[in-house]
Amino acid sequence: MNRKILLAGAVLFAGTAGALALSYVASPRDPFASCRDNNMVDYAEIGGPFTLTDETGATVRDSDIVDRPTLLYIGYTFCPDVCPLDNMRNADALYLLAERGVDARAVFVSVDPARDTPEVLADFTDFFHPEMIGLTGEQDSIARMADAYHAVYEFRESDDEYYLIDHSTYTYVILPGHGVVELVARDDAAEDVAALTQCLADRA
Amino acid sequence: MKFSGIATSIALVLGTCSAAFAQDITIEDPFARASSPAAKSGAAFMVIANAGDEDDRLIAAESDVAARVELHTHMQDANGVMRMIEVEDGMAVPAGGSHALERGGDHVMFMGLTGPFVQGETVSVTLIFEKAGPISVDIPIDLNR
Repeated sequence: MNRKILLAGAVLFAGTAGALALSYVASPRDPFASCRDNNMVDYAEIGGPFTLTDETGATVRDSDIVDRPTLLYIGYTFCPDVCPLDNMRNADALYLLAERGVDARAVFVSVDPARDTPEVLADFTDFFHPEMIGLTGEQDSIARMADAYHAVYEFRESDDEYYLIDHSTYTYVILPGHGVVELVARDDAAEDVAALTQCLADRA
Repeated sequence: MKFSGIATSIALVLGTCSAAFAQDITIEDPFARASSPAAKSGAAFMVIANAGDEDDRLIAAESDVAARVELHTHMQDANGVMRMIEVEDGMAVPAGGSHALERGGDHVMFMGLTGPFVQGETVSVTLIFEKAGPISVDIPIDLNR
């Protein structure tokens, strides 16, 4: 008897979840759908509020940072190749967006507060774009933020201070009032990121 | 006495081998970079060409510009997670072919820079090949590549 109820519940749940997924995918009300290649991601599940420390040492919230279209990346500055490559791409996208009249912002969140002090972050971000903001924080705050953004990172073991960190390399496109509206893979070119961000920002 | 004699002959034999192969290996378009002028780590990229008729392998790199110099590569999983890992057994450079160390892939990794990487300056690096032996290169620093 109990088993039957459970089974009925499971079927009902699966049915509802399926219907929700279908209505989400097909939703004509998602204003950003036409900008994206992939509308199978439930963007409402990704992102959320955060409180971190900026490159001047001040405590900032997501609402202070995301007051315009924002490209957000999560990494660490000791990474000499991939993080700079990805953030240079994001900086180039900012320059392209500015040329097209879109005032956007880039943010670099470091998961490595032990090495990435506000000063180190300022050096790193200023090298790419004067308007790029570096954020970090206590490990707890970073872990909560990364979790909300479905980002993963893992410190690799090392005997010295030259440890490496495996990490997600997505760039999040975040719009004020809408939150995360797109994930950009690292192999997308600056031109594509700019066009996509403009498309999304125009529909906000 | 006897021991040092053996060591000398080994060195001589090794030296002869190196001389035979080193000319087959050329380093093309090398550049080194760091993520910013204040960075504590850097990387070098290049194309290693092997004109010889025997496969070779880059097995190590040495330099005074960093506390640790390692051969690294990148691997990305299906979820977009990037892992930078040390290449323990080196990088193959096929006979009559080449191997590229390029952004986002294989590279010489400098960990704990002893000084800043300044645009336009060079870093001296010794690349050690399994057969060709050590080859020294002065690699220009280009932070814009």
